[in-house]
Amino acid sequence: MKVSYYPGCSLEGTAADYAASIAGVAPLVGLELAELEDWNCCGASAAHSINHQLALELPARNLALAEKAGRDLVVPCALCFNRLKAAEKALAGSGERQPRGIKTWDLLDFLTQEAWLAALSKKVVRPLAGLKAVGYYGCLAARPPKVTDKENWENPQNLERLLAVLGAEAMDWSYKTDCCGAGLAVARPDIIDTLVGRLYERALAAGAEAFVVSCQMCQANLDMTQTRISQKFGKDYYLPVFYFTELIGLALKHPEAETWLARHLVDPLPLLREKGLIG
Amino acid sequence: MVDIPSTALVPSVSLQERLAGETAIQVSSCFQCKKCSGGCPLTFAMDVPPDRVIRLALLGQEEMLLGSRTIWVCAACETCTTRCPNGIDIAGVMDWLKEEAVRRGQTLPQPEVAAFHRFFLESIRQAGGRLPEAALMRRFTLFKLRRRPQARELWENFKLGWALFKRGRLRPVGPAALRGRAEIDQIFQKAGS
Repeated sequence: MKVSYYPGCSLEGTAADYAASIAGVAPLVGLELAELEDWNCCGASAAHSINHQLALELPARNLALAEKAGRDLVVPCALCFNRLKAAEKALAGSGERQPRGIKTWDLLDFLTQEAWLAALSKKVVRPLAGLKAVGYYGCLAARPPKVTDKENWENPQNLERLLAVLGAEAMDWSYKTDCCGAGLAVARPDIIDTLVGRLYERALAAGAEAFVVSCQMCQANLDMTQTRISQKFGKDYYLPVFYFTELIGLALKHPEAETWLARHLVDPLPLLREKGLIG
Repeated sequence: MVDIPSTALVPSVSLQERLAGETAIQVSSCFQCKKCSGGCPLTFAMDVPPDRVIRLALLGQEEMLLGSRTIWVCAACETCTTRCPNGIDIAGVMDWLKEEAVRRGQTLPQPEVAAFHRFFLESIRQAGGRLPEAALMRRFTLFKLRRRPQARELWENFKLGWALFKRGRLRPVGPAALRGRAEIDQIFQKAGS
């Protein structure tokens, strides 16, 4: 199946590991990603914070490109997804644009539709047995549901269903949609320490050994800060933060899966070795 | 917490009317259930909790709101907006207040947050449509250094940058300008940015 693909700026840079895992996994599951030509930045938090017009117009250009391409648009970044949906709703409401039959998806939702999961389950060659993880969804893929059109925003289950299909154990916890504060990571790192420190503690309390995420802002914020937060609170956290696409790659034995994981700051390889899931 | 003087408040409907007119957000629907503040993960860093932001908006207390730290430490996680039983887009109020504070050119209590947003948008425009992450980080680091030089923080940032670079996750040269660069420029111009 062929869809339009909007990677967003960070997948060309700091989230190159996410981008590589998506590019690696897509053909294995039968998804053809046609990158939207000449896409631009969605404006992210900056635009909606200080210039609401830019927050509409920047994503609107991408929506226009997607309509021209004529296929559903799949977006791996939760923030980009949210901004594209917000613009879509605002423009539809103001009568400037009528939706022309294409749908904007976030990648996790797309790949965890029932039919895709059923197909995926037949392709698993190395079940991730013994891997205990919490699914961490973050904020913007789901909230606010009026914008995202999600049906399950307080207690989503996509990651849990996916982990079950991959043979891993999804631990239950109450913080799966709590905010990690990623938008403030650069300007107010002290705030992040509190928010992310709490997520580490709650994940450990749930018996998890790792996080699974679908948002590169969450991944960066939970992964890049782990040493700093450990030092600050006098702890020794070791909680690798996997993209869900990386786990699909591992379970389907993609030959490059280890190279994606080697690009994290918290090295997941020791955990995977201990579980006998690599090598 | 901001000290709200109980005697000096002169209520005004001008702010709620502007909000309703410009954003269609009806703060007057609030019945003070405080669900917004109950679910807000950032209240520990705020000076005015979200329910009070709405109450002060209802009472027209612009100065108090525009000068508050709250609007800048709000992480836009949308929990309040999602859970409000009266459908008030509380995070949208925070955004409107930020934009208004910037428009008025007033002194901001969290200049680093506002500067980061501004640099972010300027970087997109300068790069011709996509975000040059490394350039943005360089610019923001210089901004912080000029304000309050901290050798330790600088060293930490450098180490992080190097760790990312080694892993091929920090491109020293930014993204190429888009074919639609002129369109992007027009969008910025039209938006007065």
